[in-house]
Amino acid sequence: MYAFDIERPTSVADAVAALKDQDAQALGGGQTLIPTLKQRLAAPSKLVSLTNIADLQGIANDGDTLRIGGAVTHATVAAEVRLTYPALADLASHIGDPAVRNRGTISGSLANNDPSACYPAVALASGATIITNTRAIAADDYFQGMFTTALDDGEIVTAVSMPIPEKANYQKFVQPASRFALVGVFVAKFAGGVRVAVTGASNEGVHRWAEAEAALTADFSAVAIAGLTVSADNLIADLHGSPEYRAHLVKVMTGRAVAAAS
Amino acid sequence: MPKDDGIGAATVRREDVRFLTGRGRYSDDIKAYGECAAVFARSNVANGTIKSINTDVAATMPGVLAIFTGEDFVEVGGNPAGWLINSRDGEPMKEPKRPVLAHGKVRHVGDAYAAVIAETAAQGRDAVEALEVEIEEHAAVINMKDALAGTNYVHDEIGTNQCFDWGWIEDNRAATDAAIKGAHHVTTLELVNNRLVPNAIEPRCSIGDYNPGTGDYTLQTTSQNPHMTRLLISAFVLGIPENKLTVIAPDVGGGFGSKIYHYGEEALVLAAAKKLGRTVKWTSDRSEAFLTDAHGRDHVTKIELALDDKGNFLAFRTETLANVGAYLSNFSTVTPTFLHGTLMAGNYTVPLVYVNMKTVFTNTAPVDAYRGAGRPEATFSLERVIDMAAREIGRDPIELRRQNFIKPDQYPFASAAGLEYDSGNYDALMDQMEKVSDKTGFAARRAESEAKGLLRGFGVNAYVEACGIAPSNLVGILGARVGLYDAATVRVNATGNLSVMVGAHSHGQGHETVFPQIVADMLGIDAASIDIVHGDTSKIPFGMGTYGSRSLAVCGSAVVRATEKIIAKAIKIAAHMLEAEASDVDFSDGTFSVKGTNKSVSFGEVALKAYIPHDYPIDMIEPGLEETAFYDPANFTYPSGAYCCEVEVDPETGKVRVDRMTAVDDFGNVINPMIVTGQVHGGLGQGIGQALVEQTTYDDDGQLLSASYMDYAMPRADDLPFYVVDHSQSTICTHNPLGAKGCGEAGAIGSPPTVVNAVIDAMQSGGKNITHIDMPMTPHRVWTAMNNAQ
Repeated sequence: MYAFDIERPTSVADAVAALKDQDAQALGGGQTLIPTLKQRLAAPSKLVSLTNIADLQGIANDGDTLRIGGAVTHATVAAEVRLTYPALADLASHIGDPAVRNRGTISGSLANNDPSACYPAVALASGATIITNTRAIAADDYFQGMFTTALDDGEIVTAVSMPIPEKANYQKFVQPASRFALVGVFVAKFAGGVRVAVTGASNEGVHRWAEAEAALTADFSAVAIAGLTVSADNLIADLHGSPEYRAHLVKVMTGRAVAAAS
Repeated sequence: MPKDDGIGAATVRREDVRFLTGRGRYSDDIKAYGECAAVFARSNVANGTIKSINTDVAATMPGVLAIFTGEDFVEVGGNPAGWLINSRDGEPMKEPKRPVLAHGKVRHVGDAYAAVIAETAAQGRDAVEALEVEIEEHAAVINMKDALAGTNYVHDEIGTNQCFDWGWIEDNRAATDAAIKGAHHVTTLELVNNRLVPNAIEPRCSIGDYNPGTGDYTLQTTSQNPHMTRLLISAFVLGIPENKLTVIAPDVGGGFGSKIYHYGEEALVLAAAKKLGRTVKWTSDRSEAFLTDAHGRDHVTKIELALDDKGNFLAFRTETLANVGAYLSNFSTVTPTFLHGTLMAGNYTVPLVYVNMKTVFTNTAPVDAYRGAGRPEATFSLERVIDMAAREIGRDPIELRRQNFIKPDQYPFASAAGLEYDSGNYDALMDQMEKVSDKTGFAARRAESEAKGLLRGFGVNAYVEACGIAPSNLVGILGARVGLYDAATVRVNATGNLSVMVGAHSHGQGHETVFPQIVADMLGIDAASIDIVHGDTSKIPFGMGTYGSRSLAVCGSAVVRATEKIIAKAIKIAAHMLEAEASDVDFSDGTFSVKGTNKSVSFGEVALKAYIPHDYPIDMIEPGLEETAFYDPANFTYPSGAYCCEVEVDPETGKVRVDRMTAVDDFGNVINPMIVTGQVHGGLGQGIGQALVEQTTYDDDGQLLSASYMDYAMPRADDLPFYVVDHSQSTICTHNPLGAKGCGEAGAIGSPPTVVNAVIDAMQSGGKNITHIDMPMTPHRVWTAMNNAQ
């Protein structure tokens, strides 16, 4: 780890101001950033911690939509939305280990946009809106490829607005070492249609599977996707799985998510 | 005699009080006044020529005290291999120098070529980054077959990448070839024994200290055998006289073999301490551990099993390439040879065995003994090919094994691979395994799995291994450069409590609990009054340390012998106190008594008399009550076992889940059944880890792709089933005083083939013509095999 300064602002405005410094870096729960710093793979001059900002805490529910503060931890999501959005609670309860869940935040995960992370899948499948200090960004516009988002430099995710589907389920097939998603599929059924988001599989990061969405909107059953095939083009190849394996798993996990959706 | 903490009692581990309450004292916990930090500059290429190292800028960085490069160690010795192995043609093995710091060339990613000593580790890291280093990268030597075929050498000076080409037993080669050629049936299997990273929970740490006032050096280090480390540093590397070097291995958080060996970092911190007159500490981070701890396994083997028309085994023949990495680590030459080839007859009466072992230098981390050390590789090859043969000839795998088992009335049994097994009863183990595993319920469980869309397989394994290494005369003939006895000093204090100094080192094995149980049982005193001292060469007799499941069988036997000497002397003192002849004095349950009388003295009274020798026959008996024994074993010990497991395989994803695992082991006499069970659990976890998840992968450039826990999977609790562990079917080791055989590695030896055999059984039950899948059987690999079989 290289030396750095740290600030702990208590308001979004102070955080935004602090992030104007060159090489300043926002710090959520630090579950990706701190290991990166320890490996000396990043050298921010200053970390700006977001977890002391009251406006970034708390989960609100208006009946149709959850508004989750940016600094809310995975453990809090897992505990508090179990009745309102059980598939989201289940997803949050299987991120990392208890230490990760007690520190890691939803905004940290969404801002990092790891191609194998879980939160991008639920955000995209739910048709979430990513709320920042300057604007609201639809999930479909927010995720722009592996580790890439629509966020500008210094822009802070303050909350996530997450529509609650009629039915949903997340199936994560874990990579044996990291236990990130080797392939994760989140299926969300809304009155207006079904959304399917896939994480872990693509070199482009989280993405929707349009053919499955169309088939499932017409018939929400695992049988409906039986005839579909997933192309292995541009899927991730690594120690843990070939593109072909990942393509296969996308379909299997989608089918299981549909069957398990509640 | 307090039976609840004597031999056979499940005494709770006393060391766990400090380990579980944060009171353990590991090397990095030790903070010396004025200590400074060593940080190593490590190669990020696998094979390269060091063109220049400019230290000018780094030397002026804040806090920097000294910088060492390979040039500074040209005059000192190399870190040697512990065994000299000869090739089949009689040529000695190739033994290129392993320097303290790389000089001239770097030979694997992580190879240290410089070290910065600075006030703090952070300053040291900054200075390492400021080194101006030019390394000309060469193509890496990674694949073993390519390494043997090519002319790109890891060590140019030896002109080959082959360390040796060993045959065992060479005199049996022609007969084995003939038996295979003429056999009714031959089963052939090519397999990989996957390379493993040891992953002790505590990374290595070494602290060097030098006292200019006395010329004394002290090394505190994460070692399984401090005396051997001292011997290597003294006699081979730095030439520090043994009497001027103390090596201390304090609490050590696991080793699994990786901390047997002497590493260059230990020599570096000593040299730096001498130069600076400061205490110098190096603590490995996890990335360094992945790159530089000696790895395990890494064999590529072709094995053939010849059978007659009745299913009798006629011969085993293997050809193996074993990776030794870039340098020879201390046990790297014995592990694939005498710890492996000698076990290639397994539990069987097979008359012929021939093992050909070629060891290969590559631009990868050194490979050496890892929990089981050669025996897991032997068992894996044997038990996989036997399973395959049973399937090929339509025999039940258990019955085929039983038919070829050595029978209880055949001991001592001279195996075709050159060992003399002293005791065992493999059928009894198999009987017990079938019973406690509820094998008869398998069919119903398979039906349940199939109803869920899952495939269920049953896998079985029998093993015998060799522990308690080893008779010094024998290993000397076989090429060992050391003896393999162990030692203990039993010191009875004046007030009747005991300090027992042992050569074995405990880093998870529970010696501090078990050795007192032995002494307490023999002396009839409370085990709580006995403490074990280990890990400090200034306090303990010269012992050879802990590995190869040897601590109890060898060092425990030394404890017995020393305690016997204590009893013999105490009887003489008691006889004087009781005014009787020594031959009339009985000793039992802590009391010396004169036969046929009610006259007695307690052990405590005799101890006090020994140290306050008033009214004492000083002309006949020395004062004091302290005895040392060195114990050199007469033979290896031969633990054996029968294992089975049941797996469920998800045919859609290839995911394997071990549902049931049964380990029935013969460890001889068990001193503490709770600790033995714990050892088996640990071994099973590592064996299942090897079978299913642990994957060490270098790319063609020699970069370690699985260099962190993001890509190297360790088995976790939810990867493992609840185990059935049974050691009720013991036969006693006939040649050591405890009758003990050793239990530390069995689980890691017995479980990998069991799991693979079960997965293959599941594949076959699903109609897949799959006869082998290499470890680790990751979901991707199993799915690919199933896909290819369609």
